[in-house]
Amino acid sequence: MLEIKNLHARIVDDGTEIIRGLNLTVKAGEVAAIMGPNGSGKSTLSYILAGREDYEVTEGDILYNGQSILEMDPAERATSGIFLAFQYPMEIPGVATMEFLKVAMNEQRKARGEEPLKIPEFLKRVKDAAGSLSMDMAMLKRPLNVGFSGGEKKRAEILQMKLLEPKLCVLDETDSGLDIDALKIVSDGVNALRAPDRAFLVITHYQRLLEHIVPDTVHVLYKGQVIKSGDKSLALDLEANGYAGVIGEAA
Amino acid sequence: MNMHTQPQRTPAETALIDAFGDRLSLLPGDGAVTLKRDDAIEAIKHGLPTRRVESWHYTDLRRLLNSVPDFDPAAMAKAIAPIIDGSAVLPVLNGKSEAKMPSVEGVTFQRLSEKLTDGSIAPGLDPYGSDDAIGALNTAFVADGYFIDIADGTELEKPIELQNLQAGGQAHVRLAARVGAGAKAVIVERQAGEGAALVSSVSQLVLGEGAEVTWLIVQEQPDTATHLAQFKAHIGKNARLTLFVMNAGGRLVRQEVLVKTTGEGADFKLRGINLLAGDTHTDVTMVLDHAVPHTTSTEIIRNVVTGKARGVFQGRINVHQYAQKTNAKMACNTLLLSDDGEFSTKPELEIFADDVVCGHGATVTEIDHNHLFYLMARGVDEKSARGLLVKAFVAEVIEELDDEGIVEALEARLDEWFVTHG
Repeated sequence: MLEIKNLHARIVDDGTEIIRGLNLTVKAGEVAAIMGPNGSGKSTLSYILAGREDYEVTEGDILYNGQSILEMDPAERATSGIFLAFQYPMEIPGVATMEFLKVAMNEQRKARGEEPLKIPEFLKRVKDAAGSLSMDMAMLKRPLNVGFSGGEKKRAEILQMKLLEPKLCVLDETDSGLDIDALKIVSDGVNALRAPDRAFLVITHYQRLLEHIVPDTVHVLYKGQVIKSGDKSLALDLEANGYAGVIGEAA
Repeated sequence: MNMHTQPQRTPAETALIDAFGDRLSLLPGDGAVTLKRDDAIEAIKHGLPTRRVESWHYTDLRRLLNSVPDFDPAAMAKAIAPIIDGSAVLPVLNGKSEAKMPSVEGVTFQRLSEKLTDGSIAPGLDPYGSDDAIGALNTAFVADGYFIDIADGTELEKPIELQNLQAGGQAHVRLAARVGAGAKAVIVERQAGEGAALVSSVSQLVLGEGAEVTWLIVQEQPDTATHLAQFKAHIGKNARLTLFVMNAGGRLVRQEVLVKTTGEGADFKLRGINLLAGDTHTDVTMVLDHAVPHTTSTEIIRNVVTGKARGVFQGRINVHQYAQKTNAKMACNTLLLSDDGEFSTKPELEIFADDVVCGHGATVTEIDHNHLFYLMARGVDEKSARGLLVKAFVAEVIEELDDEGIVEALEARLDEWFVTHG
């Protein structure tokens, strides 16, 4: 489903190279965990997948279902099924959350040639999804993410993911800022979406999240490259011994 | 040989002075009113204000008003549907009050022409300060409008909508209202029309003790019209006035807001939205006098600037010497969406009391790229995402009004602007 080939990317503003020859393949139905120390390029990778303009790909390619996505803008990538759950979701005053959900869902439907959702159907979907994440509907009447706690923002991201039904879900440190109960709710939300035709890229610092969202593969990112890949036991190994050993091996 | 110190009159000044001579015999008014008119035209003979007059620094009226249309008795404007269903509508069509007077319990409606004829409005025709060009223009030519008297204790269920509509020519209109003690009302002032009209419109409002009024000015003139407007209010003891101003049209627009708190506990809120497009000039100038102790005010202005539009907000807050415990806050935020657009902000605080809280702030921003990315990352295309963010920027001010009927009506006007200028 996702094939990243010898990817090099830099920050547009100052030219700093962050991704330096990254290779990664994720198959449909797979949950791939991306781990790595601070500054290894994990969040940058998520932004590049979503199409953020602050980064420029200088070499290599990203294939999604066999097609390069490098020329697609963020909206085109999203309507083709790529979803990024942000580490720090934006607060957007003045845009009501419900209104935003409706616009986003209908824009995606339009791009796929489907009719816009009727209001009762839209409300039902939102209510069901919010209920499964233990979210209060009153919260969704507020402006998007404004005044939400860290945990509420993360839940709101997963709510959007449920409603938009993407095919490639990139979760950028979804566990940060969550207490144990919220972590369980969010993880259950993600697990419920696991499907043979859907892949997940789960970016995290800690093994903790991977106890709830059990990965099929684990990849260690360091200095903009995948330096080691393995199964879930690699995450346990990192938790026990830290990154130093893996980094030493690669050097 | 003597040199003339006065510069040559502009075509607009000449046309106005000539028109006054032609029109005077047609204008209603007793002796007192006629004296006020004479004083007003004298002020115009001294010349329209230029940028050298401080309060007109950003709007050089003499230069910008390069010509004025003739009076056009054949111009026909039509009343329009009110923005809030069920409102009592009072249309002024090409400067003439055309209503069958609606019947609302506790409210007396009167044509302004009658109050000019009997002279009872004369004291209200005095100029505001020495540079009151809009007041002078209006006083010289005003022929009609409405006077509304809301009796003490009357709580209106439905809004009153005053419509000032033109189809070219000139229209000089005055809308006056007295709201009695403890009365509550929503009053909508619509300013719209077709063609290249010259409009002067002066609104006067007096709030009695404990009265609560929301006054909405919705200005949607065509981009050929010159719209010179003034809103004057006195806010009595424990009375509350929320003034909402939306400018969404006009070639040359100046909206003055001249407000005074006259009783302790008075509260004033100004909320403004300027939606500026094309090659236009829009100026909102406020002078607020906190004249007695323990009065409060907040002013929030949001501007969206596109095309070659130029905008101005001047906000002056005078805290008088005895007006202790005044609390006043003013903010002006501009979203600049084009390289050729511009917005000038001039906040002024003049404080003669020593125990007050006053503040002001101004920002100019572009669309936040992080916000844009977030919306696009959910599949909203760039154009729609920008539209959502621009609308959100101004809608915040509307939503704060906290009355569902008003919020919906104003958002509908907002949508209308985005459809034509998106």
